[in-house]
Amino acid sequence: MKKIISLLLCLAFVVLLFAGCGAKETKGRVYYLNFKPEQDSAWQALANEYTKQTGVEVKVVTASQGTYEQTLLAEIDKTEAPTLFQINGPVGLEAWKDYAMDLSGSAVYNELISDDFALKDGNKVYGVAYVYETYGLITNKKLLEKAGYEIDDINSFNDLKRIAEDITKRKAELGFSAFTSSSLASSSSWRFSGHLANIPLFYEFADREVVGQPTALEGTYLKNFKALWDLYINNATIEPNTITSEQNDAASEFKNGMAVFYQNGTWEYDNIKSIGEDNIGFLPIFAGVNDREQGLCSGTENYWAVNNEASNQDKIATLDFLKWVVTSEEGTTALAKDMGFTAPFKKAKEVDNKLADIADDYIEDGKYSVVWLFTTTPNVDVWRSDLVDALAAYSAGSGKWDAVEKAFVDGWETQYKASKQ
Amino acid sequence: MVKNTTSHLGNHQKKAIRRYAPIFLFPTFIAFVIGFLWPFIWGLYLSFFRFRTLSKTTFVGFQNYVKVLNDDSFLYSFIFTLVFTLISVLVINLLSFTVAFFLTKNIKGSTVFRTVFFLPNLIGGIVLGYLWKIILDALIIKYLGSSLALNAAYGFIGLIILVSWQQIGYFMIIYIAALQNVPHEHIEAAKIDGANGMQLLKNITIPAVMPSITICTFLSLTNGFKIFDQNLALTAGKPYNMTEMLALNIYNSFYESSTNMGVGQAKAVIFFIVVVVIALSQLYFTRSREVGN
Repeated sequence: MKKIISLLLCLAFVVLLFAGCGAKETKGRVYYLNFKPEQDSAWQALANEYTKQTGVEVKVVTASQGTYEQTLLAEIDKTEAPTLFQINGPVGLEAWKDYAMDLSGSAVYNELISDDFALKDGNKVYGVAYVYETYGLITNKKLLEKAGYEIDDINSFNDLKRIAEDITKRKAELGFSAFTSSSLASSSSWRFSGHLANIPLFYEFADREVVGQPTALEGTYLKNFKALWDLYINNATIEPNTITSEQNDAASEFKNGMAVFYQNGTWEYDNIKSIGEDNIGFLPIFAGVNDREQGLCSGTENYWAVNNEASNQDKIATLDFLKWVVTSEEGTTALAKDMGFTAPFKKAKEVDNKLADIADDYIEDGKYSVVWLFTTTPNVDVWRSDLVDALAAYSAGSGKWDAVEKAFVDGWETQYKASKQ
Repeated sequence: MVKNTTSHLGNHQKKAIRRYAPIFLFPTFIAFVIGFLWPFIWGLYLSFFRFRTLSKTTFVGFQNYVKVLNDDSFLYSFIFTLVFTLISVLVINLLSFTVAFFLTKNIKGSTVFRTVFFLPNLIGGIVLGYLWKIILDALIIKYLGSSLALNAAYGFIGLIILVSWQQIGYFMIIYIAALQNVPHEHIEAAKIDGANGMQLLKNITIPAVMPSITICTFLSLTNGFKIFDQNLALTAGKPYNMTEMLALNIYNSFYESSTNMGVGQAKAVIFFIVVVVIALSQLYFTRSREVGN
């Protein structure tokens, strides 16, 4: 008898552990798995505001840097799966197509200023871009003047090289370097394996008239990539052999006036605006191909997708929430002011971002944008990781440039095949 | 040895133990089922499927296993892990035994030292990994002009240092407990017979602490095979996955694949079998050398 009682007690205990998991809801719910950690608090505030206004529960969870895919994979199988998630372009779409709902006809899609910002496959719209970003060489104009130059002096790769090398020559006297550290530690290496590598991709794709994802690369413009990389590492705040160190912090080097040029984008504005708005310049990453007409690098890798497996109620709730975000006063203000997003929606507000303003000027001047093609990289993490290792070895002098070319060209083909298996 | 543990108890006590055993076993059993058995069965099942999310799977038979056997990176990681484990088992056990040996010798402040040596064990592997990465990178950059991410040899040595630093304290505690339980009469008798320090250690102390040596080699061996967070934080497999250990290799192939995670799952099953076989055979061999068997 005692045995039975004790067993029952144990069972009761276990049941208690699982109690409280079955709360019911009548309205649909929204669960947004956010990609950008910098904007987490702004999203939480916006979600609260929406719940306050409509009573619809909006949960926002942000995956920590570099773990979005893992988090999404884990969350999507749960009963309360994210109803709203992000896919990062054509390669991401391929992986998540089964889970992305067709958004054609939805309010959020109709609010887009141009179809260029929709992630489509055939006639179906699987993703809607929510931010449009630009990167280039952020420049400290005051330091440049101290070195005896104007930002208008730099109109080509050769100008950039001449001036950077001159600054390096007089580094001791000037007290600053030309470039911030090009750290290849994981927190910063994407600036080069993703963004800088986009330059040779862009020109090669243009020459070959590639649409979508090529099966292999030729590496025609890798010499330009090399010239830029050499310029970055030989005129920087740090010695090339410390390039993999986690301690390098390019943003604070730039903020503290230790270097003139910092390759990064509009999203970095809040972080560096302390050097003074009038002091900020934004130069194209001149590659020596068509410097006269080349502008900044603009694009997006952030698309909203609505979970196709969610219940109808939840889908409707999520689409309503998105509509509210891109059309309401509160939503558009939060997107532009709190998150600093240049959002490609009709009702989007002007952002308070000098870098974005300069980016607009380039387009008005008729310069072409170097569009983001790195979103087509197959098995992107592996491809980039090998490229970074090769770049690091080359920079520190323990490896050859050939290895970089191999990682770039052969790596692409290998990863393309691997990703299609 | 195990079968005799209740022999000193009275009949009444034995009965009580038998009666109440389910109460004490039940929670652990449930935890074992939820935390180990169920995921393990799922994992085994999934290794025969092509899948990305658990709700959409396709049966592929042994295809995933075939791919694993054709994957050079898996073999490389396997050998790397094997070498790493052998060296780390030796280093960890030798050092922790030595430390324990001296800290049972009535040295002044030995309690303080025991605490100090044990402390690293309380810090998580990721934190330790990053700390050691900063320390080692600073030294390597300054004196050797390279870095952990550039040279696999430094990564390997760094991993050994990190893991030893973390685990020596833990095994030291086990050895201290064992050393304090070596029967004093045996030592005294040996001394009277004229045994010197070395002979004492070899013929009295070590045989007496053999059960602890068993448990410590067993634990450090499986620990070595299962290293993950330290590896991820210290080198992340750099350069070119040359310091990628088995667990990290499995993790990477699981998350790197945009289409099929079944290969990673198959690797995990193979990994499990290998660890079980090695650990059991090691247990068998060491057991046979224990006193009293």
